[in-house]
Amino acid sequence: MRKTVIGVAAAVLITISGQAMASGGIELPKQHWSFEGIFGTYDRGEAQRGLQVYSEVCAGCHGLSLIYYRNLMGLGYTKDQVKAFAAEYEVEDGPNDEGEMYMRPAKPSDRFVNPFPNDKAARAGNNGALPPDLSLVVEARVGGPNYLYNLMAGYVEPPAGVSVMEGMSYNAYYPGHQIAMPSPLSDEAVEYADGTKATVAQMARDVTTFLTWASEPNMEERKGMGIKVLLFLIVLTGMLIAVKKKIWADVH
Amino acid sequence: MSSAPQWKNPVIRWVDERLPVFTYIDHEYNQFPVPKNLNYFWNFGALAMIVLVTMVVTGIVLAMQYTPHVDYAFGSVERIMRDVNYGWLIRYIHMNGGSMFFIIVYIHIFRGLYYGSYKSPRELLWMLGVVILLLMMATAFLGYVLPWGQMSFWGATVITNLFSALPIIGEPIVTWLWGGFAVDNATLNRFFSLHYLMPFVLFAVVGLHVVALHVTGSNNPTGIEIKGPQDSVPFNPYFTAKDSVGLGVFLIFFAYFVFFAPNFFGEVDNYIEANPMQTPPHIVPEWYFLPFYAMLRAITFDVFFIPAKLLGVMVMGASIMILFIVPWLDTSKVRSARYRPVYKWLFWVLVIDCFVLGYVGAKPPEGVLVLMGQLGTAYYFLHFLVIMPIVGKLETPLPLPASISEAVSGGSANSSPSGMEKP
Ligand code: HEC
Ligand code: HEM
Repeated sequence: MRKTVIGVAAAVLITISGQAMASGGIELPKQHWSFEGIFGTYDRGEAQRGLQVYSEVCAGCHGLSLIYYRNLMGLGYTKDQVKAFAAEYEVEDGPNDEGEMYMRPAKPSDRFVNPFPNDKAARAGNNGALPPDLSLVVEARVGGPNYLYNLMAGYVEPPAGVSVMEGMSYNAYYPGHQIAMPSPLSDEAVEYADGTKATVAQMARDVTTFLTWASEPNMEERKGMGIKVLLFLIVLTGMLIAVKKKIWADVH
Repeated sequence: MSSAPQWKNPVIRWVDERLPVFTYIDHEYNQFPVPKNLNYFWNFGALAMIVLVTMVVTGIVLAMQYTPHVDYAFGSVERIMRDVNYGWLIRYIHMNGGSMFFIIVYIHIFRGLYYGSYKSPRELLWMLGVVILLLMMATAFLGYVLPWGQMSFWGATVITNLFSALPIIGEPIVTWLWGGFAVDNATLNRFFSLHYLMPFVLFAVVGLHVVALHVTGSNNPTGIEIKGPQDSVPFNPYFTAKDSVGLGVFLIFFAYFVFFAPNFFGEVDNYIEANPMQTPPHIVPEWYFLPFYAMLRAITFDVFFIPAKLLGVMVMGASIMILFIVPWLDTSKVRSARYRPVYKWLFWVLVIDCFVLGYVGAKPPEGVLVLMGQLGTAYYFLHFLVIMPIVGKLETPLPLPASISEAVSGGSANSSPSGMEKP
């Protein structure tokens, strides 16, 4: 028994050392998120408002190329709403029977349209800096949603004595503090369809929830299945323990 | 006890008379006598086997959608995650399965070290285990390159570059490994090919490991051999039942990570597609390589004509190779650390040393961490090369019980033969 405890302790230790590894750098104030915990789900209101922030603000510079318009049905939009949303964008298709490429309105089966035709064009439009695709950005940064939220809300005056380079902005949470992205959010940058007041903090939260969904659209399915699997395994293990006890009862 | 069974089913009997597979299974997995005092640490071998099978099955399914090409690999993995039905499940099982495999195997190895399972007559069994560890490391390293994220690419670059430390032949070997002058498409293709191959080589070696086990039988927490029928129980149903309990508990642990913390063991940088033009701020291998990585980096100085880099590679290699000779480094007369009052503690110091090295491996090599890495490395070798031979000679072991039965019941050696005839 004592050995088992030690074994578990070792596993916990590995776990903790893993966690210690992930942190480091700047301390990120933690937000509370709807999608945290084993029962977490994406708050649909936040995510839908976040889509609005993304498309009205971020989409000017950042792509979201792993997401198809049809995926938006997962956020509670109807098929018709998704069709109408997609149709606002144009994609290149072809070649047609004449051998020409042509533009047509996007369909739900298309991926989110990129703002720039290629990385060079994106750099040219952003002082030489490349705005990364945001499809996986929440999974690709230490701190995940808390990092993204704080980054959005972290544009502050540089501390005295710190000079910011030409074309850069000071951000309290960006590693190195000098970021080539100008503060994307300002109060009332969007007008929310549901009447929510568009403060920077609110928009930062909303866009974070939306991009977390974009990073892992299957999270709800995963956690839902996980709960069933865990319950099943716990009952099964209970039964296996009972069987084992019975079989071993006469061994001394 | 191991009488040839009379098969009632005529088909089974017909086959068995020509190819005795059923008799073999009956011998090795039904009647096979196992010390009755094994604790739950003896579950980990069976668990490793189950994880190996899981890895092969999920891996083969992943390979049906994965594209080994520098332009498509990252995208194809994300396609598996998003568009393939239950692709996320298969991938998260495979990804976390790698970590589970190492957790299990490390516990399995330290179990062997604590109870002296490597000592005669189990030396070959132990050495086959070390071969398995090496193959697992190769497999995991190759697999980690496949999703073609930043850590995949830079990890592959750093590790393959180690070969360039070899004098004269170093550079040509690296070019040969890469199939070009950088980690590129040819590298990814061969890594995929080898990642697919290695697990089957593993299967073969695991097979030998199990055969060797069935020759000597299991060691046990007392480290003394089975002296008679009262000391053992047949594998089935006793250990099928006990291994099942361990499996249940393990699956709960495994499922927790797959479903609720699937990226816990991973590096965030691997969700950024590989970019040969941009080096990540600090390159770290997967957690299970960290102690070895720390030893590699511990050597920051040249010794005579040997440059630091080459020495680091040699030290890292030696840290595993040394395990091969552990059966001959340990001079103790008794197997189990349970009866070794001094060594028992030194064992735990080694465990802590490995955790310290793991911690150092995860951090950038700066300041006091460099010294910690060096001391940790020195202690690791000190344990095997000095402590093991000397303590084995000097220490007075505690008195051993007369038999396993006596150790279990704390009383007479000839207590009841305990349910040997159970169906
Ligand atoms: C004017 C163009 C522009 C807009 C609009 C914009 N960004 Fe950026 N963004 C950039 C550039 C350029 C970078 C690269 C910064 C760098 O490399 O220093 C960047 C970087 C980022 C990063 C990566 C930071 C890191 O850790 O590497 C995130 C996350 C991000 N933007 C999110 C957003 C979000 C969310 C929005 C909408 C609210 C948005 N951006 C709007 C130009 C823009
Ligand atoms: C010894 C057993 C195995 C180990 C330890 C192992 C380990 C790994 C690891 C660590 C990864 C990277 C995971 C990630 O970051 O996504 C990986 C990926 C992969 N493995 Fe394996 N693997 C094993 C067996 C197999 C087998 C038998 C196959 C069959 C072909 C396979 C196919 C793949 C594929 C296609 C990928 C890339 C897809 C992905 O990244 O999820 N693996 N493996």
